[in-house]
Amino acid sequence: MSSLCQLENFEYSCCRDYESKYKHVGQPYIRKDAIEKVTGQATYTFDMELPGMLHAKTLHSPYARARIVSIDTSKARALYGVKACLCGEDANTKVGLYMQDKMVFASGETRYQGEVVAAVAATTEAIAERAISLIEVEYEVLEPVLNVDQALEAKTLVHPDINTIEHIRGVFFPQPDSNIASLNTSRRGDPDKAFEDADLVVENEFSLPAVAHVPLETHVAIVEADPYTDKIRIWSSAQSPFALRQMMAAAFDVKESDIEVHIPYVGGGFGGKAGIHLEPLVALLSREAGGVPVKLRMTREQEFNYMPTRAGMRGRIKSGVTKDGRIKATKIVYDWDSGAYADYGVNVGKTAVYGGLGPYDIENASIVSNTIYTNKVFSTAYRGFGHLETLWTVERQTDILSQKLGIDPYEFRMMNMLKPGSKTISQEVITESSGSPCDCLSAVVKEIGWTGRKTQEEREREWKTGKVRGKGFAMIQKAPAMPANTATSVIMQMVGDGHVNIMMGAVDYGQGALTALAQIAAQELDIPFEMVKMIPQTNTETNPYDWNTVASKLTFMAGNAVIQASRRMVAQMKEIAGQALRCSPDVLAHADGYIYKKHTPEMRIAYKDMALGYAYPDGMGIGGPLISHGVCMADGLTNLDPKTGKGLPALAWTFGAHAVEIELDVETGNIDVLKVASAFDIGQVINERMVYSQVVGGVMQGIGSAILEGYKFSDDNVLLNPSFTDNKIPTMKDMPFEVVPIYIENPQLNGPYGARGIAEHTMISVPSAIGNALYEATGINFYRLPLTPENVMLGILSGKKDCR
Amino acid sequence: MTVAELKNDGKACAMDTAHISSARELRVVIDLVVNGERVIEEIEPNMLLLHFLRDRLKLFGAKEACGEGECGACTVLMNGYAVTSCLVLAVEANGAEILTVEGLSKGNELSILQQEFVFQDALQCGFCTPGMLMSARGLLDNNPNPTDEEIHEAMAGNLCRCTGYLQIFNAVKRAAEREREEREE
Repeated sequence: MSSLCQLENFEYSCCRDYESKYKHVGQPYIRKDAIEKVTGQATYTFDMELPGMLHAKTLHSPYARARIVSIDTSKARALYGVKACLCGEDANTKVGLYMQDKMVFASGETRYQGEVVAAVAATTEAIAERAISLIEVEYEVLEPVLNVDQALEAKTLVHPDINTIEHIRGVFFPQPDSNIASLNTSRRGDPDKAFEDADLVVENEFSLPAVAHVPLETHVAIVEADPYTDKIRIWSSAQSPFALRQMMAAAFDVKESDIEVHIPYVGGGFGGKAGIHLEPLVALLSREAGGVPVKLRMTREQEFNYMPTRAGMRGRIKSGVTKDGRIKATKIVYDWDSGAYADYGVNVGKTAVYGGLGPYDIENASIVSNTIYTNKVFSTAYRGFGHLETLWTVERQTDILSQKLGIDPYEFRMMNMLKPGSKTISQEVITESSGSPCDCLSAVVKEIGWTGRKTQEEREREWKTGKVRGKGFAMIQKAPAMPANTATSVIMQMVGDGHVNIMMGAVDYGQGALTALAQIAAQELDIPFEMVKMIPQTNTETNPYDWNTVASKLTFMAGNAVIQASRRMVAQMKEIAGQALRCSPDVLAHADGYIYKKHTPEMRIAYKDMALGYAYPDGMGIGGPLISHGVCMADGLTNLDPKTGKGLPALAWTFGAHAVEIELDVETGNIDVLKVASAFDIGQVINERMVYSQVVGGVMQGIGSAILEGYKFSDDNVLLNPSFTDNKIPTMKDMPFEVVPIYIENPQLNGPYGARGIAEHTMISVPSAIGNALYEATGINFYRLPLTPENVMLGILSGKKDCR
Repeated sequence: MTVAELKNDGKACAMDTAHISSARELRVVIDLVVNGERVIEEIEPNMLLLHFLRDRLKLFGAKEACGEGECGACTVLMNGYAVTSCLVLAVEANGAEILTVEGLSKGNELSILQQEFVFQDALQCGFCTPGMLMSARGLLDNNPNPTDEEIHEAMAGNLCRCTGYLQIFNAVKRAAEREREEREE
C-alpha cells in the first residue's frame, strides 16, 4: 500500500489553474489504471496465452485487383505443427458493419493489395509463418479501380453485386450499377438561387489522403469456437464488445447469446478497433482446428496494409458571400475514397451531410456525400470521423473567403457563427444549452494574440530572415455519430466495506472513462473517490449493454447512467434507513457515507452497515445486498430525411476552436508548431488532468495529419509506405512548444453535471488551423494535405499563390 | 497407432518435419542477469531478446509494436543502455545485465520515475509505457541532468499515439529533478 499512499502528495506540473465547485467532479484525480500500466502488470490481448492455444498467420494479396486462379495449400498442410489452413473456398462467411459486403477471405477476386487470401493456425508463430510461405497462389492480375474519378466512371465495378448487398435501409443508399456504396444528401433553403444574390462566389477543391490510426497495440484476437455447439468465445483488442457480439452472431448465423466477448486492456483504438475485424477469420481457424483457442496478431506492416484506415477525401465547395461578409449559400460535394469495403466508411459519409458545414448559420446550403468503392485498403472510423476531413475543406475555404473579402477572419467567422436561435443544416435549433462556438473562438484568438492579418510587405521582410511565422485558427464542431436509439447501461453493487463496484459495457482504452465515471459516482454517493472501483475488463457475459465505445459519447451517456444508478442506490439505502430509524425516507439525506435524518443528523446509519442488508442489534435483518443499475438512452434523436437531411442527429454538439502559431523554414519547408491554444465548450470539466491529456494528445494527432502522415500508392495501387520509416507519426521532437487548453463551461442541461464529450474533438481542425497559419506566413494557400516539407517546398518553388 | 506405424502411413510420411530437428540441434545456453536475478536457459540461437523475455521468462511488460526497432515499445536496458529488444538476439545478451519495467520499482514502492508517469498523466492506453519508462531510465542513468533537447533526443525513438508526449516529457524532467534532490539529501 505504501506506493499508493505516496501518490496522494504530488506536484502536477501540467495543470492550468482550474477550480471545481464540486468535491469530486472536476478534480484532477490520477487515472484508475495508472499503476498497473507503469509496472507492466496491465494485461492486453497481445499478452494473453490460453491453454492449448495455437498461433495464426495470414497470406495477403500482392495485387490491388486480381482473379484468384488457384490456391495450393498442400505443402502448408503437410508441415509439422500446422493444425488448420483455410482460404476463400473454405469460408462462405460474409461480414459487414453497415453493409454486408466483405468476405472473410478474398474469394474469386481480390479487391485490395493486402486483402487476406489464406490463413494458417499452427503450434508456434514460426511454424505458421513458414506454412504461409509454402502456400502457392496463382493470380490473374486485373485492372484496378485506382481512385474516385475512375470509380465514378463505373467502367469497372469493385462490387459487381452492389445492387443486392444487404445494408441498413433508409440510412445508407448504395447506387445501382455504380461504385457508390452510399450517397447521402442534405439541403436547407435554395443555394442555387441564393448564389444569384451573392456579391462573390468562390469555388475550391480540397483533399487529404488516407491515414492510419496507429494504435500501438496492433489488432489482435483470440477466438475459441466450440465445434460441438454454436458457442464462440472471443478475447480481442476491440473497442465495442457488444457491437462485436452482434456482428459475429450475424456473420455466423447464430444467436447473440452464443457469442462471448472479453476485452482486456486495449492498447489504443482511435476508431480502428470499433467494428469487427480479425474475429471471424480466427473463429473459422479455431473451428477447423477442433475448437482450441487460436491467436492472430497483426504485424505493423499488416496493420498499415490490411487493417482499415481513415478514408482519403476530396471536398469541392462553392460559397456565395455578400460584400459585408455574410455567407449566403454553400454547396459542397464530398467524395470519400473508401477503398474496397464499406465498413464504417458509409457512416463517415453520412456524418458529412450534417457535420460537414462547420458551425455556421447558412440559410442556403446543400451537401452531397459519396462514399466510394475503389481497389484500395478499406476505410473505417477514425477519431472525429467526417469532421477533421470536412473541416479541412470548410475552414480553409472560410479563411480564403475572408482573404478575398478583405475582412478579418475572426470577424468574418463571428458574423456567420451558430448562435442561440440559429439552425444547423439538419435544421436543428441551437440553444444556450448547446454550447457556444463564439466563446471558444474569442478565447483562442485572445490567447494566441491575434491582431489581424500580416501585410505582404511584412511577409517579404520576414522571408529574408529564412524563417517566417504565421498565426491561424479554425473552428470545430462535432456531435456523436450514432443511431437514434443508442443506449448504454451500468450496474453498481456495494461491497461490505462500503466500496462500490461499477460495471459498464463500454471499454476504457486510455481515454480515462473509468476515472471520470468513478468521480461522478463518488460525487453522487458522497464517498471518497478511492471507494469507487471500476471493473476495468469488460465482457458481454457479466457486464451490462453498451452500444459502442466510440463517438466521444461515453462520459455523457454512461455518466448519466452512473448518476441514475447512484440515485437509485441512495433511494434504496433511504428505504432501509427509514425502517431502521423509524422515519419516512423523505426526512433522510445522504452525506459522507451515511444516511442521516436532516433534522437530527446524529441519527444516522453508515452505508456499509446496509451494504449486504441491515441487521438490527438483535440480529434481525432487513433490506438485502445493495445493487442498482442505470441506463441512458439517446433521447430525442431521429433518422435524417434521405433527401433533405432534416432531423435530429446530435445528442450533444461540442464546439471548439484551435489557434496556432507556426514557424516555417523557407529553405526546407519544415513547419514547427510553436503554440496551440485550444478551447472547447465542454459544459463541465469532469477531470482536469485527463481533459488536458485529451487536448494534448488530440492536437498531436492532428499535427500528424497536418504535416506528416498519409498513404502513398503506386500506379497500380500497391501501398508504398506500410512502415514507420516511410509513414511517420509524430515523435517527441514534433511536440509543439506550448499547448494551452481552455475549458468553456456553458452547461448542457441533459449532460452529467452539464458535461459534453471531449475526446475526438481535440484532433479536429488542427490541420485547418495550420493551413490557415501557413497562408499567414507565406501568402500562399495550400489545398492538399499533408503539408510535409516536400509538399510545402514544391508549393513555394512553384511561385504560385494557390497550390492546388 | 505407434510412431513406426505412422511412418509407414503414406500421409504421415509426407509430413514436413525438417524445421523441428534443425532448430533443436542448434540450441545454446545463455547465462545472464535479469532484474537482479540470475537466469540460465537453453534457447534457439535465432531467438530475439524480446521473445526470450516474454515467452520464456514470462515478463510481459516489454511490448512488440513494430518488430523493426522503429517504435521503442520493446525497450529494455542492457548493461545500462536502452536497447530495442526486438533487434537484439537473446544470445547477444549472454553475460549481460538486463533491466525491464518489472524491475523498476523497489519492493512495493514505485520508483520516482514511475510515480512521475502517474502524477503527470504520462500514459493513456499504456501500451508504449513500459518502453517509455525504460528509455527514460536509460537516459537518466547515463545523464542525470538532461537538457530539454537531450530528453527529446533520448525519447524520440519511442512512439506514443495517445498522449502527445508533453506529459511524458514533463514526467521525465520532473523525475530527473526529484532524483537529483534525493541524491543530494
